[in-house]
Amino acid sequence: MSESGGQGPVLRLEAVRKTFGRTVVLRDVDLEVAPHTVTALIGASGSGKSTLLRCANLLEEIDDGAIFLDGEEITDPRADPDAVRRRIGVVFQAYNLFPHMTVLQNITLAPRRVHGVGRAEAEERARELLERLGLSGKAGEYPDRLSGGQQQRVAIVRALACRPRLLLLDEITAALDPELVGEVLDVVRGLKDEGMTMILATHEMGFARDVADQVCFLDGGVVLERGTPAEVFGEPRQERTRRFLRRLVQAGRL
Amino acid sequence: MAADGTADVRPYVPSARRLERERFQRARTRRATAVAAASTLVTAVALFLVVVESPGWPRTRETFFNAHYAREALPHILDGLWLNIRLLVVCGAAVLLLGLLIAVARTLRGPVFFPLRALATAYTDFFRGLPLIICLLMVVFGVPALRLQGVTNDPVLLGGTALVLTYSAYVAEVFRAGIESVHAGQRAAARSLGLGSGQTLRYVVLPQAVRRVVPPLLNDLVSLQKDTGLVSIAGAVDAVYAAQITASKSFNYTPYVVAGLIFVALTIPMTRFTDAVTARMDRRRAQGGIV
Repeated sequence: MSESGGQGPVLRLEAVRKTFGRTVVLRDVDLEVAPHTVTALIGASGSGKSTLLRCANLLEEIDDGAIFLDGEEITDPRADPDAVRRRIGVVFQAYNLFPHMTVLQNITLAPRRVHGVGRAEAEERARELLERLGLSGKAGEYPDRLSGGQQQRVAIVRALACRPRLLLLDEITAALDPELVGEVLDVVRGLKDEGMTMILATHEMGFARDVADQVCFLDGGVVLERGTPAEVFGEPRQERTRRFLRRLVQAGRL
Repeated sequence: MAADGTADVRPYVPSARRLERERFQRARTRRATAVAAASTLVTAVALFLVVVESPGWPRTRETFFNAHYAREALPHILDGLWLNIRLLVVCGAAVLLLGLLIAVARTLRGPVFFPLRALATAYTDFFRGLPLIICLLMVVFGVPALRLQGVTNDPVLLGGTALVLTYSAYVAEVFRAGIESVHAGQRAAARSLGLGSGQTLRYVVLPQAVRRVVPPLLNDLVSLQKDTGLVSIAGAVDAVYAAQITASKSFNYTPYVVAGLIFVALTIPMTRFTDAVTARMDRRRAQGGIV
């Protein structure tokens, strides 16, 4: 895991427990995400990856444990969840763009209404980001007229427009066909080079191995194995990790 | 999700942090309840004093809240109310059915259906714009004047017909709004499974559309319930007319208040019930989360 400039972790989870009814989705999960690093959460569907991200953004209330953003406990009932979410960007698997707004309106909504940025400035930044992600012609389009890859890139721009401290990416390529996966992953790689701190839940193992500084294998709500990509993919210690990876190799996905 | 072998299976014990958090939340709930109770009490006392101390209060109480006349009028009003309830049930069912048919007729595609579409559009345009009272007067007094064979003179039946004519136009528009709010992707998905346009409507579009428009539909049903009182203009003795009879004998307006409160009391449980039903359906379908 790479350390950066002696700063504390951007996000830290401490013994987080989350249940839905009688199902324990996360049990005693610890996690540290250092600044300017990428953490990949891998594991089968239902292993708790998405729930972990939703907890970090306070979209779900945790049952026990604590989550810290820049050293400050955000799961304290006294904390203001809106203030926390202002500092975290999220990209969802199903894009979740607002269909009644143009691309530009989707992107400038939060900067203008939440962060009080002027219209001209917000639009300028939006166009700049769109151009960088190869979408300069699409500012006036409505989301339903874009391809999946384009929609997902717009969703990333929307999350970036607020200059988040941390970006959560929840299986952002799971709904895309293989040709489009590449264009979205290139964007994520570019963000890493710019030093963005990210946590991504993903099924793209090759990509996780490429881009992540830290890989966590979740199984049954527990972080069963964690380490550098070389450690987790190269010499997994746990039998379950080995089995998971073997299945992926058989499926031709690794 | 049992942990087997690798993970430990210690039973879960809430941490001190969780207990502290729960204590804080309980304290906050208690504080909120206390504040709500105190502010409600203050408001209630203030309102009570304002009303009771105002100069016209004794006369107002005598004219509108007279217990003697309330007791006298209540049995008659309840007798009349039975008519309102029957009208509501029968007309409500007819309105929902007719409204849905008209809305569906308006969404039919294809040139063959042009006359049907046009007719449905004309119907909603006309009856939504026509004042209910004019519709009632024409049907209730105008139709018997035609002396057509086999057509009833019963004021209740005729009044109910007029209500259905007007209200199905409103309800059709509500249904149409619901149908059009269903995302085009849903229709595409259904058609691509090989479902015909009718099946798509029946199995995919309408179930989503109807759920979305339950609150405005209820609005129209409550409104219909109140307007069943209008059949009294034809001489049918419903709750409103019964109140009017008692009131005109005594020059006291308490019977109107009693009838009015009964109407209000009828609509509230209906609203709460539908709210609860839709909330339960939503909970069952939606992903969890606290926002």
